[in-house]
Amino acid sequence: MSSLAMRPCGDFRTSYKADNTIFETKTIRLITTVVIAIACLAPLVLDGYFLTLFIQIAYLGIAALGLNILVGFTGQISLGHGAFFGFGAFASAWLNTSFQIPVVLCIPLAGFLTMAVGMLFGMPAARIKGLYLAIATLAAQFIIEDFFARAEWFSGGSSGSMAAPVNLFGFYFDTDQSFYFIALFALVFMYIWGCNLMRSRDGRAFVAVRDHYLSAEIMGVKLNKYRLLSFGISSFYAGIGGAIYAHYLGYVSAEGFTILMSIQFLAMVIIGGLGSIKGTLMGVVFMVFLPEMLESIVGLMKYTDWGNIPMVTDGLAYIKEMAIGLVIILFLIFEPEGLAHRWAQIKNYWKFYPFAY
Amino acid sequence: MNVELLLQLITNGFIVGLLYGVVGMCFVLVYKSTQVVNFAQGEFLLVGAWVCWAFLVYMELPFFVGFLLTLCFMAVFGVLLQMIVLRPMIGEPIISVIMVTIGLSIFFQSLTKWIFGVSPQSYPQVFDTQSISIFGLNVELAYLMSTVIALIIMVSFFLFFKYSKHGLAMRATAFDQQVAQSLGISVKHVFAMSWGIASTVSATAGVVIGMVNGVSDSLSSIGIKVFPAVILGGLDSIVGAIVGGIVIGVLENVAEFFDSQYLHIGNMYDIAPFYVLLIILWFKPYGLFGTRDIERV
Repeated sequence: MSSLAMRPCGDFRTSYKADNTIFETKTIRLITTVVIAIACLAPLVLDGYFLTLFIQIAYLGIAALGLNILVGFTGQISLGHGAFFGFGAFASAWLNTSFQIPVVLCIPLAGFLTMAVGMLFGMPAARIKGLYLAIATLAAQFIIEDFFARAEWFSGGSSGSMAAPVNLFGFYFDTDQSFYFIALFALVFMYIWGCNLMRSRDGRAFVAVRDHYLSAEIMGVKLNKYRLLSFGISSFYAGIGGAIYAHYLGYVSAEGFTILMSIQFLAMVIIGGLGSIKGTLMGVVFMVFLPEMLESIVGLMKYTDWGNIPMVTDGLAYIKEMAIGLVIILFLIFEPEGLAHRWAQIKNYWKFYPFAY
Repeated sequence: MNVELLLQLITNGFIVGLLYGVVGMCFVLVYKSTQVVNFAQGEFLLVGAWVCWAFLVYMELPFFVGFLLTLCFMAVFGVLLQMIVLRPMIGEPIISVIMVTIGLSIFFQSLTKWIFGVSPQSYPQVFDTQSISIFGLNVELAYLMSTVIALIIMVSFFLFFKYSKHGLAMRATAFDQQVAQSLGISVKHVFAMSWGIASTVSATAGVVIGMVNGVSDSLSSIGIKVFPAVILGGLDSIVGAIVGGIVIGVLENVAEFFDSQYLHIGNMYDIAPFYVLLIILWFKPYGLFGTRDIERV
């Protein structure tokens, strides 16, 4: 089947192997390769502002992928993802400064540490679900946040902690241009891993737990194991994302990882589309560009009559927060399946373009 | 061990806990009748307190006129919120419903910050702030007022659900929506009404707390504190919400006391309820008075 250039009109897959391919057609594989190649060349053309945004998309995207595995694929909800992201950031900085472990190893190690913490807090998840789980993870968010402010040995307390730049074979990735490649590599790696996970037995078990947990249990899927595993994997992603964030900024402070960050992650996943790996990235791009767009709109408004109202210029931070809330509500009411669904609709429209049927 | 301080803290905790109980009751009311977990409960307090503040300070209305106008505003606000935002979500998965209320929560939180600023404001003097002593404990008169108001709300809740026609309709809907509908109860109206009541009563609590501590965006954190309270009491029990509220109110003060006297961990006041919450969820997820849901295939 992989020899086809276009997808046939209808579902003609006859084997599990064909059902499981990453690239359904040659064209998709070609497009993916070209996109990655273009992404590799991007630092040559783009200026610092866009590079920062892309790096931001990368580390937020990794964490959001993890959340989508938990929320979109396993149907468990987590309101503590921001705290896990922060835990990854601190863990990586702490491993590096306290044990002199090279940064390249710190990042995956931080991922595993966060995984352990996530599973600890996800333990009740084996028993409870739905809104009880939402409230349990809400408690986790506050407890971990409090831990950051308190544990001086770990996070440097209120003064924060320093994170060394990534150092590979004596080369320091301390500029935006060079760090871009680290972020891109991590994103592509984690993205492919996420895709592969969903093709595996474990991934299918997650989906089964989400769709109907009783049926899944009757079919022999161990509920507790997969709920906990999903929590672990999701926290692992959050930890990796956080670690990359830490080594990019070079400094981690405890203030950033609030409940608002967790909500932002959830917003990304919902806007992108629950249960869609590709959609997650769309959601992240949307959420990263939304505040930037608002800022430039306010910037442009300066040239008009009512752009200089202090209410608007001073309240920009609040307007951004309001926009996040509003976007979540509007998407859930009008497009609950997210951008991924919208994208599929656009594709379907163009498939038969001049003829509607 | 400083017994006097401990007793004082327990009294304060009890008074604050009653208010948690009131907010928790509203939370349970919304959850029971509409199956929505309202993460925007704290914002009802926030919006109510700020609106009342605006009536009193900007328009310089006398307190009772401003307060009544606030209640009317909040009733309309709650009903509109239900009609515009929550009604399309009926039948959606629980994650979506939770997320919508979270979206509402950050929207209104930042809206009030934007309009009214972040610095705390105080109400014009309504009651004397002198403290009186009961059994040797100093209780501020404003606190006493808040206790009385909380008790009045609780009693009127009881009477409303026990004796009024609408209250009966709401209980019927909470018991079984389909049966209620077939008996001629408009479930739509019940949903709208429960949001209206929840937002009005929460706003009252917001105004009361605002009178004692001043209005600021920290009011919305009460919406978060309510979770330990209602989980402890059981999510669908109104009595549980009151008991849970009082327990959490006392507990955070006692935790604060032991922390400041012996442990010196810090920040126990805010964080202790969440440890309790995790422990409850671990061992007794349906709380003290909640009904266990039994699922059949």
